[in-house]
Amino acid sequence: MSEFKQTLNSSLGKKLIMALTGLFLCTFLIVHVGGNLLLFNNDNGFSFNVYANFLTHFPPIEVIAYLLYLSILVHALYGLILTVKNRKARPVRYAVAAKSDASWSSKNMGLLGSIMFLFIVIHMGDFWFRYHNDKTMGFKEYRTDLATGETKVSDYTPANAEFSHSVSTENNVEVVRVKDLHARVAYSFSNLIYVIFYVIAMGAVAFHLLHGFQSAFRTLGWVHRKYTPVVYFIGTWLFAVIIPLAFAAMPVYYYYLSTQGAH
Amino acid sequence: MSNGNMNLTLKVWRQKNAQTSGKFVSYKAENISPDMSFLEMLDVVNESLTHKGDEPINFDHDCREGICGMCSLYINGHPHGPKRGITTCQLHMRTFHDGETITIEPWRAEAFPIVKDLAVDRSAFDRIQQAGGYVSVNTGGVPDGNAIPIPKVIADEAFNSATCIGCGACVAACKNASAMLFVSAKITQLGLLPQGQPERYRRVQSMVAQMDEEGFGSCTNTGACEAECPKEIKLTNIARMNNDYFSAKLFREDEVHEQGH
Repeated sequence: MSEFKQTLNSSLGKKLIMALTGLFLCTFLIVHVGGNLLLFNNDNGFSFNVYANFLTHFPPIEVIAYLLYLSILVHALYGLILTVKNRKARPVRYAVAAKSDASWSSKNMGLLGSIMFLFIVIHMGDFWFRYHNDKTMGFKEYRTDLATGETKVSDYTPANAEFSHSVSTENNVEVVRVKDLHARVAYSFSNLIYVIFYVIAMGAVAFHLLHGFQSAFRTLGWVHRKYTPVVYFIGTWLFAVIIPLAFAAMPVYYYYLSTQGAH
Repeated sequence: MSNGNMNLTLKVWRQKNAQTSGKFVSYKAENISPDMSFLEMLDVVNESLTHKGDEPINFDHDCREGICGMCSLYINGHPHGPKRGITTCQLHMRTFHDGETITIEPWRAEAFPIVKDLAVDRSAFDRIQQAGGYVSVNTGGVPDGNAIPIPKVIADEAFNSATCIGCGACVAACKNASAMLFVSAKITQLGLLPQGQPERYRRVQSMVAQMDEEGFGSCTNTGACEAECPKEIKLTNIARMNNDYFSAKLFREDEVHEQGH
């Protein structure tokens, strides 16, 4: 076995892989939540649809996206391998459950991760897969009068099946035609069961990252009395509070809109 | 008038040897003084078992003053009992109340096979130590004690890590039966000091390799080990070990491990 393979196969090496993929997924969350805040723009999905179109047609983003899918799979797979190995290390369990003060999330990373994995499969199936493969997904045409800044929206039916998007300007009116992912989002989030599932999944994200973010730094060996409190602060407030709350607010807000009959 | 002594029920794991399966057996511990240590209480119970012609409960013990690392026992869900920062021999019966049922189990880990009853074989720790937990010293003249200056903070940190008595409570407390707190304390104790530098990166690789070989689990950074360690060894040691291990494996040209070629 090569030196490199031996390193990655050691108990510490497997944890290194968990830490690096985990932190990469954390940085992705920041970008994902930032972009999706466009859902709160009350513009009939104009900015959100343009953003979704940009993500799927900009080559560097596509490369990073495949790196991201790989990270999710590797993180889940290694989590599974480590769990099996850890269970094997204690074949006979205690009659009295351990009462030491370890945080609940640190003891349930596998459970939280499984909920998140199920969520990712459903979430990507509903939006990512449909966006790429669903031929019935509609298009929208946004006509912006450049003089007044007013935008008019209408449904658009492409002339051929290969059409993906177009931007043109005629008579001082900018015409943007894009796939209407926003309608799909609004449709999905009008289902109460779906909204509840999203909120629970975001709870799992919160507790997973409450432990996971700082634990990754420990695994990498980056612990110091100067910056470890900063890592804890970011892990708690940004990754376990602000980001999950912002994500959870999206389905809740759209469900609220659907009950108001605004869509 | 009551003399303040207690009557307790013990649920003790009895197992003949590693090959046979074990089970819990209940015993009455009567007229126990609150001033007894937990091990003295077990001595009293064993005394009465012997008088009755029963096999006494087998448990590990040696110095009975909290420094040898020999005593173990997983008491009511805690290695070394419910109090912090002490070993089982330093645990007094006043911690418990009259009429209480106390469950006593051995350390549970694949790497710590049961010898008999509550005694487990912790020689896995010895083998990890032998893999690199030392400083090689060639013979020669006696060096002057203060010839090598060491900053106070570093000396203190190294000493804190050196207080590990190798009892295995960290393994017993960890949900993954990981030995990382023990191994990292041994690595840190030597790795922080100038005398430990020449073998620093070889040491971390050999000891981690032996740790994996013994079948201990991985670290999830839950901190259960730190909470249960009778010597209050800090979780920071594990991060230090990881740092040394990864720099040895990924960045250091001069310390390529001999194994694996």
